[in-house]
Amino acid sequence: MATPMFRFDPVELPPEAIKLRGEVRAFIEEHKDVMGFSRGEHNPEFSQAMGKKGWIGMTWPKQYGGHERSSFERYVVIEEMLVAGAPLSAHYTGDRQSGPNILRFGTEEQKSYFCPKIAAGELTFCIGMSEPNSGSDVAGTRTRAVKVEGGYRINGTKLWTSNAHNADYAILFCKMAVDEEQANDRHAGATQFLLDLKLPGIEIRPVINLLGEHHFNEIFLTDVFVPDHLLLGKEGNGWNQLTSELAFERSAPDRFLVFFQMLQQMIRMAGPNPDKATAVALGKLISQLATLRSMSVSIAGMLAEGLQPNNESAVVKDLGTRYEQDIPVVARQLFPSEPELEAIDVYETMIARSTMNAPRLSIQGGTREILRGIIARGLGLR
Amino acid sequence: MAIRDETRMLLESMGRLFENLCTKQVVDAAETGVFAADLWRAVSETGVPLAALPESAGGADAEWADLYAALRVAGRFSAPIPLAETMLAGWIASSAGLEIGDGPMTVGPVRASDKLTLTRDGNGWRLNGTASRLPYASHAERIVLIVDGPDGEMAVSLEGSTAPTPAKGKNIANESRDTLVFDNFHLSTAAALPKGVSRAALYRRGALARATMMSGALERAMDLAVTYAQERVQFGRPISKFQAVQQNLAVLSEQTAVAVAAANLGIQSLSQGDEEREEFQIAIAKTRVGEAATLACELAHQVHGAIGFTKEYSLQLATRRLWSWREEFGSDPEWAAKVGTYFCGKGADNLWPIMTGD
Ligand SMILES: Cc1cc2nc3c(=O)[nH]c(=O)nc-3n(C[C@H](O)[C@H](O)[C@H](O)COP(=O)(O)OP(=O)(O)OC[C@H]3O[C@@H](n4cnc5c(N)ncnc54)[C@H](O)[C@@H]3O)c2cc1C
Repeated sequence: MATPMFRFDPVELPPEAIKLRGEVRAFIEEHKDVMGFSRGEHNPEFSQAMGKKGWIGMTWPKQYGGHERSSFERYVVIEEMLVAGAPLSAHYTGDRQSGPNILRFGTEEQKSYFCPKIAAGELTFCIGMSEPNSGSDVAGTRTRAVKVEGGYRINGTKLWTSNAHNADYAILFCKMAVDEEQANDRHAGATQFLLDLKLPGIEIRPVINLLGEHHFNEIFLTDVFVPDHLLLGKEGNGWNQLTSELAFERSAPDRFLVFFQMLQQMIRMAGPNPDKATAVALGKLISQLATLRSMSVSIAGMLAEGLQPNNESAVVKDLGTRYEQDIPVVARQLFPSEPELEAIDVYETMIARSTMNAPRLSIQGGTREILRGIIARGLGLR
Repeated sequence: MAIRDETRMLLESMGRLFENLCTKQVVDAAETGVFAADLWRAVSETGVPLAALPESAGGADAEWADLYAALRVAGRFSAPIPLAETMLAGWIASSAGLEIGDGPMTVGPVRASDKLTLTRDGNGWRLNGTASRLPYASHAERIVLIVDGPDGEMAVSLEGSTAPTPAKGKNIANESRDTLVFDNFHLSTAAALPKGVSRAALYRRGALARATMMSGALERAMDLAVTYAQERVQFGRPISKFQAVQQNLAVLSEQTAVAVAAANLGIQSLSQGDEEREEFQIAIAKTRVGEAATLACELAHQVHGAIGFTKEYSLQLATRRLWSWREEFGSDPEWAAKVGTYFCGKGADNLWPIMTGD
């Protein structure tokens, strides 16, 4: 067949990954009181405890604070944490994408400084990509960096920056001036910086989300001076670097385990002898989850082989968010209830949180339509 | 890594064989009711239909995983032969020490509601009951059935020519699905079943066969849709350049990938020697593949416009089989109910440990 097929070869987890699972579960049990439902809280103590276990930067070189373990072991740690609802915010972005991007494009000095701190759970990163006028169209960034003596002067606005109010650094995406002959190249001049959020000229304002929570922010940059040594990669190579960063982001199994506890709760409510309609509805969700999980393990296998499963990751993310968004829909049909955010009944809270969180799942990290565009490109259609 | 070299080679050679011998003309001819004897002979010569049997029984001790992978290729080419049925019939007959032969076989019962009862009659046996919609029963040289004996399930193997005349039927892909009524039918031998071989095991392995064939048929539907979209020009450009079409094709490719992955999840369970796990993983597979097929057929047709609705064009070879196979050996809702019932019975706290396999 001439058409490219996205292959998810079946993979069995290797023994070392299976062995690790018990250890992770014991750790979660010890930290039971900080587990939650779809909150992803910022908890530096928890992140540092994970760092001590060697569970951040697991696949990175030891030289840079990593642990040189397999992507399967990393997969197991992450899936167990997500299922338990562990508070990962303080290290997750750094572990998932900022650290790997620094390792890939950073200088020796940057790798030696940042990566060990991320791996210890001591340095929080956020993603400085979206802007008021540049969402899906990331290349349309209006944030500008100008070369000055000893560094760069940066002006612009970032928006929707998750956890910026708790973070130490952002990987900032912006543009530099380009020659006239490059003026038609939308990716020309794109550049990334390691932005210290404590620098003068940076103002971070909360943006309250529809749950009434402070999760994301707006960041104003006014004549911010960033020294030369915090340029990430090369001037003008930012598009390439961002593509790689997003690939790291999308290959994680965090797009179908957000509402896991709610599926569990529905099984609890259905009881050991569910009626036919309930059994069918729950059986469908469980079948979707099991399949997504096997595809995700397969992606871990591709990463272990040094492949770049960008299309496959887009496939799993798109399918995963569809499945997650179906959970509150199925729930309200099986077990109607009036949602309430701070209800005494666990289920009422879950249905409130899942209903209200559902829309973001197919927006953040690339919208559904953008992901399908990536897949269409993978099929050779564009 | 996960896909073994032997598997890959087998798949490639099966692919070539079907490419040459399982053309649209061959499938069309078979749909008129004439058995695709040349195709069957060629497939039979590869040894694949009976390869799962021990070498002592004329097989090759092959891995079930490889044979199921071959079924995916057969599904991709709409192969109008009882390949899955012969594999399963051979497995049951040889485990029970019954006659096998080397022609096409069928196996049953394929319907959960069928009842077949075997009673003693002197030195022989009497069979009563109905085996409905047996695939290719009117073309099979041998029919292998699991029946209710006096002390539990038993297997019988009868020559096609001596069986009661089947009432012919067919699915919407014009694959023969024939019903056999046994009225005090005399049999000289019947055999007890070893552990692991049962009506339930046949039913789930049949379901997995259909799920796997469906994943192949989905690959074909997707291939046709993507290729067609790049060739068909409207408004001055290939329709594949329209974003709405691209998004449909992206979803079609996702559903195809999911179907292959879900079928593989079922196939993986065959080598684990754990019947309970095999049952629920196959239930997951048939559920997920059935769901994927429903959406994927809709999209593949949408992308094709009117041409896809014709007998002339090949898309319907895949989609009519998908619509048939998703109902055979249990539909996706039927298997979803089993998944739901199983996990509810195990309790919420066991969902994750079971899923992760510990
Ligand atoms: C909870 C949450 C957290 C986030 N955290 C971060 C963060 O930490 N850092 C960060 O940088 N960003 C973050 N984002 C922003 C996120 O990356 C953007 O929201 C996303 O890329 C979409 O951009 P937009 O919201 O401007 O929507 P738009 O791009 O304006 O899109 C609006 C709609 O138009 C569609 N659309 C746009 N372009 C096309 C096209 N070419 N073809 C078809 N359809 C199109 C979209 O799919 C969408 O449906 C976060 C968003 C959310 C919701």
